[in-house]
Amino acid sequence: MPGDSRITNLLSWLSGLSMMVALYLVFLFAPTEATMGDVQRIFYFHVSSAWVGFFAFFVTLIAGIAFLRTGSRDWDVVALSSVEIGITFTTMAVITGSIWAKATWNAWWPWQQEPRLVLISILLLLYLAYLMLRAFLEGEEQKARFAAVYGIVAFMSVPFTFMSVRWWQGLHPVIFEREGMHLTPAMLATFLFCLLTFTLLYFTLLLHRTRLGRMEDQVEGLKERLSLREGGSL
Amino acid sequence: MSFANKVLAIVWKDVISELRTREMFSSMLVFALLVMVIFNFSFELRVENIVQVAPGILWVTFAFASTLELTRSLATETENDCLEGLFLAPMDRGVIYFGKMLGNLIFISAVEALTLPIFSVLFNLSLIRIPLLVTIFLGTVGFAAVGTLLSTIAVSTRAREVMLPVLLFPIILPVVIAAAKVTGGILDGVALGELAHWLRFLVGFDIIFLVISYLTFDFVVQS
Amino acid sequence: MLQVQGLAKSFGHTHVLRDVSLEVGQGQFLTVVGPNGAGKTTLLRILATLLKPTTGLVSFDGLDLTARSAEVRRRIGFVSHQSLTYPKLTVEENLAFYGKLYDVPAVNERVETLLHLVGLAARRHDPARTLSRGMHQRLSIARAIIHQPSLLLLDEPYTGLDQQAAEMLRHLLQTITAEARTVVMTTHNLQRALDLCDTVAILAKGRLVYQAENDSLSPEALQQAYWHHVANASTRGQAST
Repeated sequence: MPGDSRITNLLSWLSGLSMMVALYLVFLFAPTEATMGDVQRIFYFHVSSAWVGFFAFFVTLIAGIAFLRTGSRDWDVVALSSVEIGITFTTMAVITGSIWAKATWNAWWPWQQEPRLVLISILLLLYLAYLMLRAFLEGEEQKARFAAVYGIVAFMSVPFTFMSVRWWQGLHPVIFEREGMHLTPAMLATFLFCLLTFTLLYFTLLLHRTRLGRMEDQVEGLKERLSLREGGSL
Repeated sequence: MSFANKVLAIVWKDVISELRTREMFSSMLVFALLVMVIFNFSFELRVENIVQVAPGILWVTFAFASTLELTRSLATETENDCLEGLFLAPMDRGVIYFGKMLGNLIFISAVEALTLPIFSVLFNLSLIRIPLLVTIFLGTVGFAAVGTLLSTIAVSTRAREVMLPVLLFPIILPVVIAAAKVTGGILDGVALGELAHWLRFLVGFDIIFLVISYLTFDFVVQS
Repeated sequence: MLQVQGLAKSFGHTHVLRDVSLEVGQGQFLTVVGPNGAGKTTLLRILATLLKPTTGLVSFDGLDLTARSAEVRRRIGFVSHQSLTYPKLTVEENLAFYGKLYDVPAVNERVETLLHLVGLAARRHDPARTLSRGMHQRLSIARAIIHQPSLLLLDEPYTGLDQQAAEMLRHLLQTITAEARTVVMTTHNLQRALDLCDTVAILAKGRLVYQAENDSLSPEALQQAYWHHVANASTRGQAST
């Protein structure tokens, strides 16, 4: 346990520091983009958030598979924690994406021009369905098992959804050349650093949340033992 | 070939049961017709060319009718705990998956077969064409493959009827998109060669999700 | 032969069965009695392979229930609270269906035999939903023995039956348990308990607290033992764990 919180503390500090550097880079260091102006800066956060959103879902997939193979409750806690964090970042990605779309195409939700916005929102829907499933199931074991299965199926659907949405418009926008946005080396560096920072932040939050999850479990166990001791009946 | 025999036994049981009362079939058909009529009226007011939205309406109708069928199909197994009867049998759990999946495929296809001519008449379109029928079949396999797994999950939840669409729709979205695109393409007279990638896409989806559903089904039905 | 060693089952933090050990010899009949909530149904469902033990070993005919589940299921027949039959299918169709699932050779003949055995031949073409509770129970038993299992499990089979139906059931059970078949039955009816069995056991609060041979027991003795142990189990729960 002590070693546990040492790592968590270290990561928390590192994340905080990294985020401050990232903020500096995004707002002060990175040059203003030629065509879009300062609004373009949201792009750094948008893509990083979306990246974490997808990565978190991938972690849920792995944790789900691990749970099904080992039956260990810890993996389920990881899966659930990852979903919660993933939802947060995905929501951020949707909001920032919408702001960017408004600035770029003067529409809050351009279905036709921005397939990735559509994809991210479907990811959000999958996440929410995952939580809803857990909420409507009884029994921890069943919750974990069904959620793991759904996590696998849901994740596997993402590549198909991505392909179908992209083909739907017949566009193949490439991020580094779209709408005339070209990234200078400084911008690229900022972008990569943001990506790294958000990933670091994700792992920090994951550690915190899983620790919380395990403690919740322990409390439940203690409550159960206490009620048995006092009540005598189940 | 014991596996296949047992799968067929399950399919046979479902078909016979449904033929007796035709409850599920008639409710699905009525529902499909209602959906089409409602869509027709809501679009009529604003859309010039109804043919543009016809593929979408068709596939939304099929998707909704499918959820109805999937839920009902599993509900027949929860009466008298029949699902447990299936678990007690000395067979691979996959038999249950394929048995139910084929049953679902048959019933959804049956409703689609009846809905299609009516749709053609309502929208004045020629829809009874081989490429279209193939597409519908592929799309339905996709619905049934994932739907059977997810309906088994949903039936154990407290919000049974609501749960299945919530779980199913985001996952079958690629199928709906692909199928609607091909349907639209066929109606527009697009060459089949240009639509081939969508069909390959559907086949890919079907195969992958049949496999995944079969493999994970075991985990859903164990205790 | 059925062997249960150190069986425990918990759902989350709720312990339903604790350290249950018992043995039922080939062709022997064991009745398990106990109050509601004692864990009788859970025990039976584990024996039927519908539930997995949390800890402990269960084996039948030398086959471990968890490891060799599919093989063991071939030898087990389970009569549950629910009939496990399809309401829209006829009596005959229900049996034929299960016959196919269990790879029963010459299914039609077997179904014929069973229909006469349980006295449902006259109702063979009627949908299962038209049957009374008693008839449903008989159909359920026919379903459970269609593959001639060597282990028969019955979960409170007399529940919901009137006098006449109960008598018919008792008679039927007497017939089918006469064959060399291991049987485990649960009930909370002490009168019925000593009827057909070789051994009686009491399950209270998830523990097997008493076991005795039928020959050595009188109904009164069983009553006394029952009240003694069941009352004990309640008070034991209140002392510190």
